[in-house]
Amino acid sequence: MTVKELATKLDLHFLCGEEQADRPVTGCYCGDLLSWVMSRAKEGDAWLTVMGNINSVGVAVLADIACIVLTENAPFDLPALERARQNRVVVLQAQKNTYEIAAAIANLFG
Amino acid sequence: MSILKLHYDIDGSDFTRAGEASGKVKRVLKKLGLDAEAIRNVSIAMYEGEINMVIHAGGGEIDVEISSELVTIVLTDHGPGIEDVSLAMKEGYSTATDNIRSLGFGAGMGLPNIKKYANEVAIDTKVGVGTTITIKIYVPDCSAEL
Repeated sequence: MTVKELATKLDLHFLCGEEQADRPVTGCYCGDLLSWVMSRAKEGDAWLTVMGNINSVGVAVLADIACIVLTENAPFDLPALERARQNRVVVLQAQKNTYEIAAAIANLFG
Repeated sequence: MSILKLHYDIDGSDFTRAGEASGKVKRVLKKLGLDAEAIRNVSIAMYEGEINMVIHAGGGEIDVEISSELVTIVLTDHGPGIEDVSLAMKEGYSTATDNIRSLGFGAGMGLPNIKKYANEVAIDTKVGVGTTITIKIYVPDCSAEL
């Protein structure tokens, strides 16, 4: 499944990185503590979080995350958006909460 | 065998730039074609050290040496030092402030993550003087040409 397919199926809104929409999503990880995520998320994961700051982008880059999904329409500040664009990180926003999105992704992966 | 040396001055006053040096090293390692797992290990271990340096020590310096068999990262700061290293190595222990925690840090995973992803770690710290952390990560079956 690609990032674009994930976005379409779960009604996720692109904040940036649409040009990377063909990147494969191979799993999912949920968490807001950055070191925890850095250590445990896997390459290619969709990362569900409400932590929308510049340091989240750093974690996504270093951990090779497929995309950040900001759940419950959590805000993504301007410095973070600029850094995400520079580093070609895909950032999506979801109206639903982390549990709902994670459950939907689990269903998609069957 | 040649060795590539990189040096970074880490600004302790700008939290928005914390992690930049780790990102640059990762890009260099990718270009060199190092083993993917070694790159991930270097990225995580160095990032944790860099973030710790900004959170706790007001910045510092990072020197990275890359050979075809080994990546060595030396993080040097002149911060307050670590009072109890064995306590700091425990997952979940943190002295980070609430402000830092609100940014998603302070999980008490910094040094434990470094230990987890490094092959060798040496911590030389003195209260009131500073801390030097030397991290070594082995590079298996490397096809990189240095």
